[in-house]
Amino acid sequence: MLSKKKLFTKGMLDVAPHMLSVIPFGIICGAIGVELGFDPYLVYGMSIIIFGGASQIVFLQLLSGGASSLVAVTSVGVINSRHLLYGAVLSEYLEKLSFIKKLLISYLIVDQGFAESNKFFKKNKSEQYLHYHLIGTGATLWICWQISTLSGIVLGSFVPDELGLKFAIPLTFIAIIVQDLKRIDHVIVMLVSGISALVFLNAPFKLYIIISPIIALLIAGLISRFKR
Amino acid sequence: MTWLSIIIAGILTYFTRMTMIALVDRDMLGEKIKAVLAYVPSAVFPAIIFPAIFINDYGAYIEMSDPKIFGAIVAIIVGYFSKNVIATIFSGLISYWFIIFLLV
Repeated sequence: MLSKKKLFTKGMLDVAPHMLSVIPFGIICGAIGVELGFDPYLVYGMSIIIFGGASQIVFLQLLSGGASSLVAVTSVGVINSRHLLYGAVLSEYLEKLSFIKKLLISYLIVDQGFAESNKFFKKNKSEQYLHYHLIGTGATLWICWQISTLSGIVLGSFVPDELGLKFAIPLTFIAIIVQDLKRIDHVIVMLVSGISALVFLNAPFKLYIIISPIIALLIAGLISRFKR
Repeated sequence: MTWLSIIIAGILTYFTRMTMIALVDRDMLGEKIKAVLAYVPSAVFPAIIFPAIFINDYGAYIEMSDPKIFGAIVAIIVGYFSKNVIATIFSGLISYWFIIFLLV
């Protein structure tokens, strides 16, 4: 049985490699907000209030492009609706927690933290303080996100554009799912999701971010029916 | 006004995080749903990966010879065999830089 501290530290270490993409992305996100002419406090406030990288950038871009607040807010909701799926997956491991603890830990759920903690949970189901791993990944990402967006706001985009560091974002997500390429059922689900995303890319409100996973999960449902 | 929108967007985002964890009892989900949920990472992340690789900043498809495709292939191969996140990301970035800085 691992101690709370050990699990927390394991969570921090497991998610640490993803800082390679989270930190440049945070800097870009902060810098874009200021470049678009928004109040720096407002740009930073989003990192605490929304705490969701892609949705923050989209929100500011839509508003500066003349979209209504309703459109901007809806888009944020749509982009972040994928957390519903993360929550459904994680709920199995968090069900013993008190209601208050569930409310608090929910704030920390982000893509990379979900992915790394979910991997750990699957292998260590019997651990008593499993949620400390999730707090470890979430807190690490939260702190790095705050520092990196803040430095982007204050210093501007000091990461040279030529480096193309935006490319680190798909690479991070490739690193998360690459081991599942071993399994043909997962490969099919991945291709369905990715191709749907390209097909629905221009749907309003960035709907492709949630339509594609739903289509892919429907296919996954068909596959798991055939497997039995 | 913008602050108000941010706060509403924040509450909305928080609800997407909290709903399934705090308000939905896991027992409400049947075995079939649980089996499908095992595919969530494979169903969500490619929807982020594919557009980030195949679509450029201007919303158009990239050429097949684009360095991003080469970088992604290297990252997939290295990641598959090394099982290491840092190696995956670095190998992708370095092969991408190799092409854009040395070959072009």
